[in-house]
Amino acid sequence: MAFASIYVPDFSIQAVVRAEPALRQQPVALVDGCPPLERVVAINEAAARGGLDLGMTKSQAIQFRSIAIRLRSRVQEEAAHAALLDLGWSVSPRVEDTAPDSIVVDLTGLASLFGSEETIAPLLARRASDLGLSVHVAISSNLEVALHAARGFPGITVIPPGEESRRLGALPVQVFSPPAEMIEILERWGVRTCEALAKLPVLELSERLGQQGLQLRQCARGASLRSMILAEPKLCFEEEMALEYAVEELEPLAFLLARLLDQLCARLSARSLSACAIRLRFELDNSSENESAPPLNPHVGGREVKIYEKRFTLPVPMRDSKMLLRLLRLHLQSDSPHAPIVRIFLAADPAAPRVRQEGLFLPSAPDPEKLELTIARLANLVGNSHVGSPRLIDSHRPDAFEMSRFIPLHNAPETRQKNIDVPGDRETIAAFRVFRPAPRAKVTLREGRPVHISFPNMHGKVAAASGPWRTSGEWWREDAWHREEWDVEIDRPSLSSANTIENSSSVEPQRGIYRIYYDTLLQAWFVAGMYD
Amino acid sequence: MAVNVAALRSQLETALAGRLPAPFARLPIQAETAPFNIAEIDKLTGGLPHGGLTEISGPCSSGRATLLLSALASRTAQAHVCALVDGRDSFDPHSAAAAGVKLEQLLWVRCRDIDQCLRATDFLLQGGGFGLIALDLSVLPPKTVRYVPLNVWFRFRRAVENTSTILLLLDQESNAGSCASLVLRLGLEPPRWSASQTQPTPFPPNPCAHLFDGSQIHVELVRSRLRSAEGGHKVRSLARMNEAGLVANFRTKTKWGDFRKTVSESK
Repeated sequence: MAFASIYVPDFSIQAVVRAEPALRQQPVALVDGCPPLERVVAINEAAARGGLDLGMTKSQAIQFRSIAIRLRSRVQEEAAHAALLDLGWSVSPRVEDTAPDSIVVDLTGLASLFGSEETIAPLLARRASDLGLSVHVAISSNLEVALHAARGFPGITVIPPGEESRRLGALPVQVFSPPAEMIEILERWGVRTCEALAKLPVLELSERLGQQGLQLRQCARGASLRSMILAEPKLCFEEEMALEYAVEELEPLAFLLARLLDQLCARLSARSLSACAIRLRFELDNSSENESAPPLNPHVGGREVKIYEKRFTLPVPMRDSKMLLRLLRLHLQSDSPHAPIVRIFLAADPAAPRVRQEGLFLPSAPDPEKLELTIARLANLVGNSHVGSPRLIDSHRPDAFEMSRFIPLHNAPETRQKNIDVPGDRETIAAFRVFRPAPRAKVTLREGRPVHISFPNMHGKVAAASGPWRTSGEWWREDAWHREEWDVEIDRPSLSSANTIENSSSVEPQRGIYRIYYDTLLQAWFVAGMYD
Repeated sequence: MAVNVAALRSQLETALAGRLPAPFARLPIQAETAPFNIAEIDKLTGGLPHGGLTEISGPCSSGRATLLLSALASRTAQAHVCALVDGRDSFDPHSAAAAGVKLEQLLWVRCRDIDQCLRATDFLLQGGGFGLIALDLSVLPPKTVRYVPLNVWFRFRRAVENTSTILLLLDQESNAGSCASLVLRLGLEPPRWSASQTQPTPFPPNPCAHLFDGSQIHVELVRSRLRSAEGGHKVRSLARMNEAGLVANFRTKTKWGDFRKTVSESK
């Protein structure tokens, strides 16, 4: 049995750097507290080398020009911790959530999947790096030893069974996080390392430091035993970012969304999952006076804030962050929040990745991810309601249909229809074109039938007519209809000047077959469309 | 300059002799075709060429939409995903369903002007994977379509080349020129009514007793770059338009035609 402990040094800083990778090589300091009494609460090694110290005020820290100063972000720390847990669950279902910056993974039975412990440790470090975290990994057969070794030794440490005490010997006693008074006592005794602590006699140590001292000695000897406390696996993929300055334009917003999406997709990838929907929530600047901005929402954290919320359902599960970013950008272009954004929340609804085997005899179809992007582009161009697949509605109302989301089916082609190679074997259905909206027409009637008609861009004599075909329905609704339809053949229709075909070689009289109707409710004639 | 080009060409032909039969000869298009599902048109044209632009032009009520629906029905029946860029939002889903188009396989883009149409077509061509992309500009004024630069049609042709996509363009007059692999011109013959109404009679018949039964569509093959079944390469031009064999007629019927036939047979 072996345990791998994963520890994130400078966790608060790494949580912030994870969302801002450009800071990775820079000295960084985090400040926390109520303005103007903000103090430095965390610094990385480079910042410490630069002379910055914990507890300095923000105004003091600002004097160090080369040091990047950021606000401590609890939400980013939570997201980083969730990513750390995802890392553990990506290799084993048995994970202990030890602390915000540490987890322990049970490696029992993973040899056949990932190889030896020496192979698993770099794998964990690499996966952590993909999640934007730089970690220490320690593997030992003792859970506590692994935990302390990860905190004490940088990089990767593999401790073979029986060598726990020797390997821990060089570590300072502070690695066990004992109470401050105990550290002071040990300091007075000259006990600074685990090796020195392990050598202390049990009885005397018990008399002076009690059970706590004995536990500390057991840890130093690598002999402490405890069971693993398993964490409940969660499928919660959320990332949040509070912004120091409100973002108004799409370009900088897309830049921030890209970072969050990268993190989300890396976490999904670690769990071998994809996103079937993306939830987006923006907290907007209350001071914005844009009328199009959403109203105040009093139910968020007890504050009154404007919230812009959207849920984008994806036709197929995907985890390509670039593709998702393009989709979000296109959606935001067509439906922007209309106010500066101060906080971004992004969540992915997980789903199993798409696994599909193309059929040998199936025709090629658009790639679902590309198709979704194409549809988003088209929706951005012509509007959401103008792209999709038409679906007929079970109604007698003329032109009754609705637009539905376009999700092509991947069915096998139909077996060949009946042989139609013989000309004249069957007639084709005459197609109809609908005029939306139906233009008004001026119709001259003689003996109850139309003899002349004129409507925009067209007027002419009615050569033949069939009707009236009366249709009505839904009288109980405001948009009830009551029509008298006619099919008319208009002879020699003359086109308007805009439609005139210049230098047209054809001098033959033109004719058109139209469907017109008299709306008895509006008491007017309209042109429904044209047979074509 | 011309001499140099000719000399260079000759030099290259000599160098490549034996390896390539004719290095500068334009290879005929050996495109696969998909049927219109109208026997007369399929016999005339050989079908819709894959990876090429097919242009169908004609005046109002000349059967352009009928041909479009027939092509869509044929492609969707073969489980292909199709797209329709509708220039003036005039597509009738009920008519399409009656013609056999599987609406769930059809992406309908309802545009308002020609710019939207051309950009939407660009997006669809970039997306790829469609069995048929139809650009219906036949309800737009011909003058507007005429102002579309020729390079747009070239770009569309290049985009579909070497793919299995069929690009279908419908307009009132031919605009794509040499970019089109197949050009058809349609015309409307006098429509069929269930009884003649045009003859003056002292007591005109009740118009309810007459129905629009369908029409006859006249199709002219203006241009085809397809290789014939015999293997020969034929590029047909306007000059040869009136030759026998380059025209066809087919009949259309209304949706209620079958119903009337059934009723009369039962009587």
